[in-house]
Amino acid sequence: MRPSRRTPVLAAFATFVFAWLLTRTSWLEAALKWAFPTEVSWLHPRADLVSLTVEHLAIVAISSGLTVLVGVPLGIWVTRSSGRDFRQLVAASVDLGQTFPPVAVLALAMPVLGFGFKPTIVALFLYGMFPVVSSTIAGLDSVPTSTLEAAKGMGMSPMQVLFRVELPLASRIIMSGIRTSVVINIGTATIGATIGTGGLGVPIIGGLATRNMAYVVEGALPAAVLAVLIDVLLGQVEHGFAVPLQEADSA
Amino acid sequence: MIHLDGVTKRYGDTVAVDDLTLDVAEGEVCVLIGPSGCGKTTTLRMINRLITPTSGRIMINGQDASELKAEELRRSLGYAIQSVGLFPHLDVAANIAVVPRLLGWDKPRLRGRARELLELVGLEPEQYMGKYPRQLSGGEAQRIGVARALAADPPVLLMDEPFGAVDPLNRGRLQGEFARIQRDLHKTVVFVTHDIDEAIRLADRIAIMRDGRLVQYDTPETILDNPVDHFVRDFVGSDRALKRLVRVPVRDVMDTAPPVARRSAGAKEMLAEVGRTRFVYLVDEQGRLTGWLDRAQLKGGCTVEDALSDADPAQVAVRPDASLKEALSRMLGLGFRSIAVVESDGRLVGQVTLGSVEGAMTESDEHQGARPAEHMAEYSAEDTSDDSVLESIASDDQGDCT
Repeated sequence: MRPSRRTPVLAAFATFVFAWLLTRTSWLEAALKWAFPTEVSWLHPRADLVSLTVEHLAIVAISSGLTVLVGVPLGIWVTRSSGRDFRQLVAASVDLGQTFPPVAVLALAMPVLGFGFKPTIVALFLYGMFPVVSSTIAGLDSVPTSTLEAAKGMGMSPMQVLFRVELPLASRIIMSGIRTSVVINIGTATIGATIGTGGLGVPIIGGLATRNMAYVVEGALPAAVLAVLIDVLLGQVEHGFAVPLQEADSA
Repeated sequence: MIHLDGVTKRYGDTVAVDDLTLDVAEGEVCVLIGPSGCGKTTTLRMINRLITPTSGRIMINGQDASELKAEELRRSLGYAIQSVGLFPHLDVAANIAVVPRLLGWDKPRLRGRARELLELVGLEPEQYMGKYPRQLSGGEAQRIGVARALAADPPVLLMDEPFGAVDPLNRGRLQGEFARIQRDLHKTVVFVTHDIDEAIRLADRIAIMRDGRLVQYDTPETILDNPVDHFVRDFVGSDRALKRLVRVPVRDVMDTAPPVARRSAGAKEMLAEVGRTRFVYLVDEQGRLTGWLDRAQLKGGCTVEDALSDADPAQVAVRPDASLKEALSRMLGLGFRSIAVVESDGRLVGQVTLGSVEGAMTESDEHQGARPAEHMAEYSAEDTSDDSVLESIASDDQGDCT
C-alpha cells in the first residue's frame, strides 16, 4: 500500500476499533453462532481474546526483538572487512533458517527446552532471521561507493561512516526487512500453541483438535487482522525513514 | 608544502606508481595528468592515505603523513571527486558542513560557513541551503562538492577530476570559477585530470605521468614550448598555439567599451549607433544584453525591429572568467567576428574581437620568438553594406524583409 497523509490516521482508527472489538466478544460469538450453528461452543474456554492477543503479541515482540538484535548486527558484520569472509556462510545459514519448517524446529527444540514459551521463541527467532539479515546486507550494499569514498576521504572513522552515512541510507531497506519478518512471525506464532505456548494459536489448535471450526476462526481472524495492522503500522515507520525526509542529522 | 619522496605503489606484479618524487609548493596548483592507468589517481589517493604506499615517504607541511592518524590527516586535506559523493540523506548545508562537524564546530558557525561557501561557489545560499542532492543539477552538485572540500578551510585541496562529470559549457564555467576562487584563497592544490586543456588553464605546474613515472614536471608554458619527448608532444597535441589561449582569461584582453545602444531608446538611436560602428550590442535598462544589430542585416525595406537579432546570452556571449580559446571557438562556431562578454547576471561588460585574440596570440608568439600568425588577416572581411541602405531604411519603415 502506498502511504498517504491519511494513512496514519486510518491505521490508528483501525487499531482502536480492533482493540475495542476484542473486548466485546459477544459480537463475535453471535457471528460464529450464525456461521457454525451445529457447534455447541463457539469461543475457546481457556482464555478471553484480549489475553490471548496480548500473549500472542508478547511472543512476537520477544522473538522479533531478538531477531533484530542479532540479525542487524550480523548483517553489518558480514559487510565489514572483518566479517566479509563469513558473508556466504551467514547468508546460507539464514536461508536454511527460513526453509527449515518451524514445526520441525519446535519438535527438535522441545526435548532440550521443554514445553511452553522457549522452543517457540527459538523457532520464530530462526524463522524470522532471513528477511532481517538479507535486507541489512542489501541496504548496506545499496549505499553508493562514491558516497563511501567521499565519507572516508573527508576523514570519517569507520564507525562514523557506518552510523552517519551507511545506516541512515540503508535504514529504509532494513526496516522493510524487519517488517516482513514481524508479519511472518505473527502468522507463524500460532503454531506455538501445539506445545502449550499460548497466544491466538490456542483456539486454532484447540479447534483443529476438537474439529470445532468456530474456535479456528476465533483465533485465525484476529491473527490475520493483527498481521495486517502491524504491517501498516510498520509501513508508516518505514516510510518515515525515506530520504530526504530524515533530517535528524542535518546541521 | 607537499613532498613526495621516492613513492612507489605495487599491486602484486603491477607497478601503479614507480619511484615518484614530486614537490608541490605552497599556494600552487599542481595538475597530475596522463593517460588512464598512468597512476595519477593512485598518487592523489596516497597523499590522503586512502591508498598506502608500498614504499617511499610523503611529507605534508614538514610532517610525515604516515605518522598522523589517517582520519586526522584527511580532515586537514580538502577532497573533491568526480562522482561528487554528496550524502543523499543530508541537505546541502549539512553536506557542506560535514568536515567542520567532525571537527566539532558549533551549529551557528556551521550554518554561517555553509552560507559563506555557497556564496563563494556562486550559488544563492537561501535557495540552496535546504535542498537535497537529488534536487541538484550536475553542475550544482559539483560546485557543492568543491564547497564541501573547502569547508574546514584546509590548506591543501586534493581534487580528482572534480569537473569531469559535467557538460563542456558548464565545465568551462566551473574552471573559470575555480581559477577565481584560487586567486583569492591560494590553496595548495593537487588536481587530477585527463583533460590537457583543463590542466593548461588551471595549473601552475603540470606533472605529466606515464606508466607510473613522472615524465615532465613544468609550468604549462614550458610544457607547451619545450616538451621533453614525443610522448609529451603528442599528449599536448599539435594545436599548441591555440592551447596557449587557454591560459588567457577573457577578462584580460576584452574591450571594455563595446558599441552599445539601449533598446528602449528607439530605432533612431540604434540606427545612428550602427551607422557609426557597423555593429551594435543592444541592452536593456539594467545593462543586460538582449540582442544586437548588424548593418549587414539591414537590407532595403526592413524595419529595425526585423533586422535586429535577439540574444540568448548563454549562446552568444562568454563570461569574463572564460578562456580566450573558448571565446575564439564560440566566435568561429557562430561565424561572428566578435563576441559579447557578460557577467553571470547578464550585464554586458565588454567584447572580445578576433583582433584581440590575434593580439594575444602574437604576444605569446613574440614571447617565444616566432612569427606573428598572418593567416588571421583572412577573417577581417570587407565591410559590404553601405550607407545608402541605412538611409533607405531610416526613411521607409515598411516593406518586406527576406
